[in-house]
Amino acid sequence: MTLNRRNLFRIAGAAGAATVAGRALSSAMTPGAPKTTANAVLVDTTRCVGCRACEAACSEANQLAEPEKPGDAAVFASRRRTGPTSFTVVNKSTEKSPNGEDRYAKMQCMHCVSPACASGCVVGALEKTPAGPVVYHAGQCIGCRYCMIACPFSVPKYEYAKAAPLVKKCTFCAERQGQGLPPACTEACPSGALLFGKRADLLEEARTRIYQNPTRYTHEIYGEDEAGGTSWLYLSDVPFTSLALPGEIEKRSYPELAEGALSAVPLVATLWPPLLMGLYTFSKRRHDVAEEGNGRKGDGHE
Amino acid sequence: MSNVMSDGLNRPVPFPAFVLDKICLGMPAKTYAKSLLTKTNAIYAAILAIGLPTLAYRYWKGMGAVSNLSQTNPWGIWVGINIICGIALAAGGYTVAATVYVFGLEQYRPILRPAILTGFLGYVCAISGLIVELGQPWRLPYQLFLTPGTTAVMFEVGMCAFAYLIVLGLEMLPAGLEWLGLARARRIMGTLTIGIVVLGITLSTLHQASLGAFFLMVPGKLHPLWYSPYLHVFFFISSISAGIGMIIFESTVSRRAFRDELDPEAPVDLDALQLGLAKGGAVVLFATFFIRLQGLVVSGRWDLLFTGWGAWFALELVGFILLPSLLFAFAVRTQSVTLTRAAAVMAVLGVVLNRINVSLIAYNWNVPASDRYVPSMGEIVLTILLLTCGVLAFRWIVNRMPVLREHPDWRGSH
Repeated sequence: MTLNRRNLFRIAGAAGAATVAGRALSSAMTPGAPKTTANAVLVDTTRCVGCRACEAACSEANQLAEPEKPGDAAVFASRRRTGPTSFTVVNKSTEKSPNGEDRYAKMQCMHCVSPACASGCVVGALEKTPAGPVVYHAGQCIGCRYCMIACPFSVPKYEYAKAAPLVKKCTFCAERQGQGLPPACTEACPSGALLFGKRADLLEEARTRIYQNPTRYTHEIYGEDEAGGTSWLYLSDVPFTSLALPGEIEKRSYPELAEGALSAVPLVATLWPPLLMGLYTFSKRRHDVAEEGNGRKGDGHE
Repeated sequence: MSNVMSDGLNRPVPFPAFVLDKICLGMPAKTYAKSLLTKTNAIYAAILAIGLPTLAYRYWKGMGAVSNLSQTNPWGIWVGINIICGIALAAGGYTVAATVYVFGLEQYRPILRPAILTGFLGYVCAISGLIVELGQPWRLPYQLFLTPGTTAVMFEVGMCAFAYLIVLGLEMLPAGLEWLGLARARRIMGTLTIGIVVLGITLSTLHQASLGAFFLMVPGKLHPLWYSPYLHVFFFISSISAGIGMIIFESTVSRRAFRDELDPEAPVDLDALQLGLAKGGAVVLFATFFIRLQGLVVSGRWDLLFTGWGAWFALELVGFILLPSLLFAFAVRTQSVTLTRAAAVMAVLGVVLNRINVSLIAYNWNVPASDRYVPSMGEIVLTILLLTCGVLAFRWIVNRMPVLREHPDWRGSH
């Protein structure tokens, strides 16, 4: 193939189409909520008494089934997980505190600053709102369940028993927050274990509590850097993993992990077509020369 | 049978008769219906008889009723085998297209169409797998365009796979046009070939790699021996060995199964072609082995090699990547086609093993044993149903269109 006008158009066309595709694919990552001004909750597990009022309030606010075994401590016998009809669950620590008390922690969606679920959702059904909550647009969900795969805290749950199933998880009471109300669980907490506020302020508060009681707290705030930062922050005097909070969470945002592969997309999409067309031109030329050589035996090359 | 094809081209046949003629392979409808009563077809019928009601039940009662999918294991064999393995095994299409058109190795042209057809049907199977696997598949056709999640790896895979399905369809179209005797359209398609092929290779590179990128976000859930920041590179290169393995495997099987369809006038030296492919297979698998080792160098988790997981990992790397590579090389040296075919099967199994490891076995490796995933009967039945539909479609097309042989009117005109 010689590089005549028609072939040039072909190459240009292929490369152009790829560029357009590449542009569409390379748009920016989900803009996370501002790390400082978004709403958050500080959970001081040293103040939690395990009354599970948060669970009851959550069920009521989200019209879910009543929590299992209300008021029965037997519920703490096994490690509990959130489910499609229980957006928050309280677990008892497997370790006693230094002063010999039981410790409890509630688990729910962590509302990551830069959530894996939202960045990985193929139809944008999960969205990080600037106010803090990671919200779910049920009408957009096709049910691929990649959010469940990607979430490092394994929070999203699925309605497997339904014919038209949806993903279910804690909403951070986004609707209530929109009306200026705190999340139902934080409002219901009688022991002051849940503090609702701006993330930056709560981090200050958490540090202050650690500084003022240096022998009491573990000198770490779970959620400050976990998964690149979460809206739910935890203080504790027992190891966080003993409170059924997931260990081995990367201290950087999860969408970042896929960024390298995604940024290679426009590169491949623009480089491959001209490269392949070039290879094609060479091999075609070699083929033509060989044929010509066969036709005129002994003629050699030009 | 070839005279049936040229009938359609040379003289006008009234429409219904033309259609019947094409579909019934030139036989009267009754004779054709009788010819379908074979033992093999009885097996296929049994699979459909069990599979289709299971599929209906899955929609009626929800996927929980037929599957072992759970809150801990949201993905099972419908994703792990039908989609993630399926797409890799369909890589033969772009591998041979690159060989023939881009690298100009014309001698491989006889295996091009079967490879592209296998690829096309592989993608149809994988994408129809979505109909079983998605919770609300009916939303897929429009939701992907209404609210595109452009930051998602899956969006890239979905768009590229969908575009590539169209490309494969276009690559197959000439065979269909030759079958129907539409000469003018066939000539126009011929001029577009190289552009379509280049687009196909580019799209394949992108989404084959991105299947691996699904798992870049799960460092805590995927065993460290399999997790790597280069998973997308691993998936791309292993798709090439899957492609080469599948072409050798598929060309061997179709030669046996569709002996009548081969062209006695243009015999193809399949053995020589397969030995040539073995050379490529040896190189690609050897490179794959070292690229996978590189993953271990980066993670530095050599200690894990001395665990049960390490043994499983070593089996995958040595038994199903290094060994088939050496077998391919040895087969080329000794000109052994049998060994080539054995190595091809191993290479394909190796890619399947890798994909199943990443998506199912080494995924959630650290959850309690009671939470581990084991596929249910319903999942297995629906997986077999999808594969069967692919095989039936392949057979239907090969028996009719010029796939394994050249159409007499279009011989050498590519």
